[in-house]
Amino acid sequence: MRYLIAAYFAVWIVLFLYVLTIERRLAHLSRELKLLREVVKKSKGLSP
Amino acid sequence: MERKAQILSGVTFIAMLLAIYMVFIYAPIERKMGILQKIFYFHVSTAWIPYLAFLVVFLCSIVFLWRRDKRWDTIAFCSAEIGLVIDTLVLITGSIWAKPAWGVWWTWEPRLTTSLIMWLLYAGYLLLRRSVEEAMRRARFAAVYGIAAFISVPISFMSIRWWRTIHPVVIKPTGIELEPPMITALIVCLVAFTLFYFCLLQQRYRLKKIKDEIEDIKSELGG
Repeated sequence: MRYLIAAYFAVWIVLFLYVLTIERRLAHLSRELKLLREVVKKSKGLSP
Repeated sequence: MERKAQILSGVTFIAMLLAIYMVFIYAPIERKMGILQKIFYFHVSTAWIPYLAFLVVFLCSIVFLWRRDKRWDTIAFCSAEIGLVIDTLVLITGSIWAKPAWGVWWTWEPRLTTSLIMWLLYAGYLLLRRSVEEAMRRARFAAVYGIAAFISVPISFMSIRWWRTIHPVVIKPTGIELEPPMITALIVCLVAFTLFYFCLLQQRYRLKKIKDEIEDIKSELGG
C-alpha cells in the first residue's frame, strides 16, 4: 500500500510543481511584457 | 485562443477526475498483485506521453527544416521539455512499482535501459539548445538532433517485444490481456493524460512566445 501511495504522490507532486512553475512564470512574464509594451509605446510617442 | 485554452483545461480536469474514479472505484482489484496493481494505470498512461511528445519533436523538427519557420522549433522545444518531465515520472513510478514486484528498485533489463537512454538523449536535446546562442543556428542544430534522437523511441517501445525481459507486455497483437473494466479504466487514463499533455503544450508554448517577445523588445530597446 505504501508503494502505491508513494507512486501516486510522486506523479501528482511533480506534475503539480511543473504546472505551478509554468503558471507563475506565465503571470510574471505577462506583466513584464505589458510594461515593456508601454515603454515602447511611450518611446515611440517621444521620438519626432 | 484564450477561450479554447480554457475549454481544454476544463475538459482535462474532468477527464482527470474521471480517471481517478475509474482507477480507484470502477476497476476491480487484481488477484495476484492486489491494490498495488493500480500503479499500472498511471504508469502506462504517463509512459505513453513521452512517446507522443518525442514524436511531436520529430515531426516538428522535420517541418522546421523544411519550412524554416521558428514556430515549429518552439513547439518541438516545448514538447521535448514536457516529454522529459513526464518521462522522469515514468522512471520514478516504474522504479516504485519494481521494488515490490521484482524485489529491486532498478534492473538493467531492456525496457528500463532503453527508457533511461531515451531520457538521457532528450536531456541532451535541452542541453544542446542552451549551448547555442544564435536562434536560427540553435533551431537548426536542435532539429537535426531531434530527428536523430527519435530512433530511441521505437527501440524503447519495441524492446519488450524484441528481447527477453521481465517487463510485462500488456498490449499484444492478439489484444490486451486485461479484464474489460480494467481496459476501460486504462483507456480513460490514457485519454486524460493525452489531454493533459496538450494542455501543458499549449501553456508552455504561450510561455515561450511571451519570453521570445520580451527578448525581441529588449534587444530593440537596447539597440
